[in-house]
Amino acid sequence: MSDAPILSIRNLHAKVADEDIEILHGVDLDLNKGEIHAIMGPNGSGKSTLAKLLAGHPGYEVTDGTVTYKGEDVLELEPDERSQAGIFLAFQYPVEVPGVSIANFLRTALQARLDEGEEIDLFDFQDQLMSAMEVLEMDPAFAERPVNDGFSGGEKKRNEILQMAMLKPTLALMDETDSGLDIDALQVVAEGVNRLSEENPEMTVLIITHYQRLLNYIKPDHVHVMVKGRIVRSGGPEVAEALESEGYEEFRTVGA
Amino acid sequence: MPQNEVVQDLGLDEYKYHFITEDEPVFRSGRGLNEKVVREISAQKDEPQWMLDFRLKALEIYNSKPMPTWGGDLSNLENVLEDIFFYVRPQDKMEHSWDDVPPNIKETFERLGIPEAEQKVLAGVGAQYESEMVYHSLKKEWDDKGVIFDSIEDGLKNHPELFREYFGTVIPAADNKFSAMNAAVWSGGSFVYIPKGVELDTPLQAYFRVNQEQMGQFERTLIIAEEGSKAHYIEGCTAPVYSTESFHSGVIEIVVKPGAHFRYTTIQNWSNNMYNLVTQRAMVHENATMEWLDGNLGSKLTMKYPSCYLMGEGAHGSVLSIAYSGDGQHQDTGGKVVHAAPNTTSQIVSKSISKGTGRSTYRGLCQVHEGATNAKSNVECDALLINETSRTDTYPYIEIEEKKSNIGHEATVSKVGDEQLFYLMSRGMSEEEAMALIVRGFIEPIAKLLPLEYAVELNRLIELEMEGSVG
Repeated sequence: MSDAPILSIRNLHAKVADEDIEILHGVDLDLNKGEIHAIMGPNGSGKSTLAKLLAGHPGYEVTDGTVTYKGEDVLELEPDERSQAGIFLAFQYPVEVPGVSIANFLRTALQARLDEGEEIDLFDFQDQLMSAMEVLEMDPAFAERPVNDGFSGGEKKRNEILQMAMLKPTLALMDETDSGLDIDALQVVAEGVNRLSEENPEMTVLIITHYQRLLNYIKPDHVHVMVKGRIVRSGGPEVAEALESEGYEEFRTVGA
Repeated sequence: MPQNEVVQDLGLDEYKYHFITEDEPVFRSGRGLNEKVVREISAQKDEPQWMLDFRLKALEIYNSKPMPTWGGDLSNLENVLEDIFFYVRPQDKMEHSWDDVPPNIKETFERLGIPEAEQKVLAGVGAQYESEMVYHSLKKEWDDKGVIFDSIEDGLKNHPELFREYFGTVIPAADNKFSAMNAAVWSGGSFVYIPKGVELDTPLQAYFRVNQEQMGQFERTLIIAEEGSKAHYIEGCTAPVYSTESFHSGVIEIVVKPGAHFRYTTIQNWSNNMYNLVTQRAMVHENATMEWLDGNLGSKLTMKYPSCYLMGEGAHGSVLSIAYSGDGQHQDTGGKVVHAAPNTTSQIVSKSISKGTGRSTYRGLCQVHEGATNAKSNVECDALLINETSRTDTYPYIEIEEKKSNIGHEATVSKVGDEQLFYLMSRGMSEEEAMALIVRGFIEPIAKLLPLEYAVELNRLIELEMEGSVG
């Protein structure tokens, strides 16, 4: 039982909805409980598509293959059902929700997880929020700001990590969390992920990144290289290091 | 309890207070509007001759004015008006204590939460049932301070000179076709007088509803805020659903004397067969402030543009509004500010939400007269479209005769985007919950100015309205 992967992807083909452009051409991937995986790849390789698709983004359509999460077909589920089942996507471009404070947003998200008639305990919620912010070294005033509205790149990404901390996912998908961050912000965000990972060792993390630098701070157990909609190489952390020195050139021909 | 309750599935755009209680009006005018009806109304109210003359003159004006051809679709309105009872009076006498209110009327109030409101020290609840005040309580401290908060009829009876000095001065009968109609057949509404220097911490509240099939409601409110006074008046309306079209045309006149501060808050949630054509205007004198806070939900068509005439130097006016248009509804709303004196300032903030085939129109006028130097005005209108079929239009009219003035206008239209919905849903919210949260955030800048219980009620209404918004 403990050996069954938490997420299992088989021969996944996907295209942009409303268009005939196939982006994923047969992806296979297994993630086990508590593992940290990284998928690296050049722009346009399909790695972000994979992350969004796993969270149920309406812009993509699966044309073939299967995705099994905790033994169940996840492709049948709506994005909110996937979230409630424990899948979390940290967005590359977090969306603004003007007029809605982070606290209110998170309270609504947590309330949505409860059965009808059940009400979230506001004091418990407040305690949880404050302690999560403390762990992530965030100013409590941050919780009163409208979600992503007028945020800097770094603030947006930290907000994603805060949401991850509050929603306590089983599977965290981190879509280019390092993009647009300077090195200080990158460290803060990576530190946050590491702490959450320590607190919850059973959490599985899939990091999507173009650059190796995030992996200096978050150590993956497995690294995969994705090129042109396929995973072309998988291995340990050494794969990332090889990429750092050699670049993606070698794989472009492999993927072709 | 004789009761004919119509219960429907509270789905998309179903009206929240969809119930009807049976009662027997003491007096009901014939259908349609004519001199006989006007004379009957005046006689029923035992009015002085000058008021009858005023009404008859207004009727003439009404008949002489064509239907407006701008704004919303009024093409079916003439037919509607032929079928309306212009006056219905449920009871003979005013009620002053809750115990005296007859049970069937009480039940209507109970369903609307009036008793709780009463218990919650809201005090001064003047509830309008059909065309008359039937229940009216006034906090003792207000009496002591000389504040008058009466039905409009009692205002005329008990304070004839004060009444006559101001009545019809802010909005003359001839202002527009519907102000003329109201002037001819007005019935019900409030008369408020705040003496010099008196500040009220607790808002004055009137809560009323229309409850007689095909009855037009023509409430008339007159408010005078004397020099240096400060007060807040809150009005909330709701009406049950009927299959035939219904009509509401109110007139609200407010005089804000030098240095006074007055806020008028309305949350209207009419049933979606209602024509709601309201004229509300304030004369704002030197260094005085007038704030309109206006929430329009429901109705078939609403045309309403609260206005501030800034008559004295340093006067300030603001019009903050939220409009929600569901399927088949049209909210044609906005605001009007007239800068007639130097150093006057104004602000119009309008937020509209259109869902399904709903349509929201912002229509605003900012006028700066010559000599109104250093006038400043800022207009901001934001529209949110929920579906592809929703519609919004913006008509900002700006007329400036004074070069030394500063007028700003900003308009935004946003659609609830797939990416935004996905973001919220990926956090576990259903599409409806996500939609409701986005809408709540959108109106938050105005909703936060409402008293808490109204903000909560508004949020609840929005949630109900967002049910079934998906697809």
